[in-house]
Amino acid sequence: MSLLAVDQASKHFRGLTAVDRVSFNVREGDIFAVIGPNGAGKTTLFNLIAGVLAPDRGSISFAGERIDRLSPDAICRRGIGRTFQLVRPFPALTVEDNALVGALLRRPKVEAARAHAHEVLRRLDLYDRRQQLASALTLPDRKRLEVARALATDPKLLLLDEVMAGLRPAETDRMVAILRALNRDSGITILLIEHVMRAVMALAARVLVLHHGAAIAEGTPDQVVRDRAVIDSYLGAEAL
Amino acid sequence: MIGALNPRGRVLLLVLMAALIAAPFVADRYLMSVLILIFYFAYVGQAWNLMMGFAGQLSLGHALYVGLGGYVSALLWLKFGIGPWLGMFAAIAVAATFGAVIGWLGFRFGIEGVYFALLTIAFAEFTRIGFDHIDYAGAAGGLFLRVEEAGEWWNLRGGTLLFYYLALALAAGALLLTAWLARTRLGYQWLAVREDEEAARALGINVFRAKMMAILISSAMTAIGGVFTAFYNNNLFPSRVFDINRSIEIILAPVVGGLGTVFGPVVGAFILTPLGEALSALTGHLGINTPGVKAAFYGLALMMIIVLKPSGIWPWLARTLRLTEQQR
Repeated sequence: MSLLAVDQASKHFRGLTAVDRVSFNVREGDIFAVIGPNGAGKTTLFNLIAGVLAPDRGSISFAGERIDRLSPDAICRRGIGRTFQLVRPFPALTVEDNALVGALLRRPKVEAARAHAHEVLRRLDLYDRRQQLASALTLPDRKRLEVARALATDPKLLLLDEVMAGLRPAETDRMVAILRALNRDSGITILLIEHVMRAVMALAARVLVLHHGAAIAEGTPDQVVRDRAVIDSYLGAEAL
Repeated sequence: MIGALNPRGRVLLLVLMAALIAAPFVADRYLMSVLILIFYFAYVGQAWNLMMGFAGQLSLGHALYVGLGGYVSALLWLKFGIGPWLGMFAAIAVAATFGAVIGWLGFRFGIEGVYFALLTIAFAEFTRIGFDHIDYAGAAGGLFLRVEEAGEWWNLRGGTLLFYYLALALAAGALLLTAWLARTRLGYQWLAVREDEEAARALGINVFRAKMMAILISSAMTAIGGVFTAFYNNNLFPSRVFDINRSIEIILAPVVGGLGTVFGPVVGAFILTPLGEALSALTGHLGINTPGVKAAFYGLALMMIIVLKPSGIWPWLARTLRLTEQQR
């Protein structure tokens, strides 16, 4: 069953068509990746789903409900958690309180929420740093905190905006392992927008390729990297 | 971010509280009047701190709520004989209504930071000018309450002792309320909004609602401070109570003591008010009658704090005296 359904979604900025009649479905429990060169419209598509922008045309449905006119906080309450490409943890709060803010969404009692925040921080390898200020963390830690905070809201769908960007290969592998374990253990559906093909190949069950705002290919990672249009526009011949 | 009080901090707080409860037995009237001022500024500073220090919304017009609280309760008492304990609820309702309008305008239409602060100043100024022309409320000539040394305490008519314990209770109550709020879901939502609104929204927080709660609670609390000043000072003038300088005085204690901390406003009030009083006494003694000496002093104090201890005196004090749970 499809959890997220994007149907003919378009978004224009002045004359520029950032997202051009894009359609795809994300099945429950899948890890789905959206790839494409810079300026392909990935982040705009992401913002359409997260409610930061409203599509000019088309629709976006989540668990059978139209969400394309909802505010970002309402969308989060429906069960979609997101990260930001440029990480934005709450700098003056501790790692624990960052995760706590997310956990409080579905747990009004602070103590219950704190226990949940601890659990999430353990999953993301941040438990030992929970008393540190978020501003004192390194970039890989901040990236994982960003995921922890979104995860603490108990989403059914996790939207990850380039969480691997700027990470070294070892850190990328660590993130891949964490995300794969999350998906396996809790069945959470993940939609990731990613540049790092190493991570996409390792994680995604399905891949959508955007180019100039339009979807040019969709399939399994293996199908997509052999697609002529994808090689020409994005990957280049050396990817083979 | 600083943690909760450790046992040592708690003992110190209890000792201080006991000393303040016992103070009237040894203190003279002047000292008591200074302490009342300290408690008052700790109280209204706490109210302002909830909005700015926790929710991150800068108000430079809190004198509005003091003035409204004072005028509503004084008018009810003078014109209808309704005592301040009852009048207080009307004062809260009126001030919170103004707070709701300001908040709605600002938060609904995305007026942020200094622009929001300008909105709060504008409302305070318009209200001042309005009251200058409301004959029913004495217009520019002001309102006066009959001074009574020993009277009906239940109508807040009485001497220094009554107002001393009242002010102490207000300050202590505001401290407890803040400490409690800071540990609730709403308190954490405020911090998230203060730190990063967009990220807060992405975590499902209704940012508009969180900010509205902040301004409603803050304006309601400040109105009670207004009721207190009206019945303590026994007079109200629009040009005095709604003046921007009153608004600035309110924010000094929390800024100096430590924004967004539970004890900051208290520490700030205990430092600034005696210094201000000493300065007044000194200039009076020296026969210097230049207006603005106090304002210049406060300006200097603020600059020193910003340079030396930008996060306020309390976080530094708590660390130095080891009064709170350690947090790295």
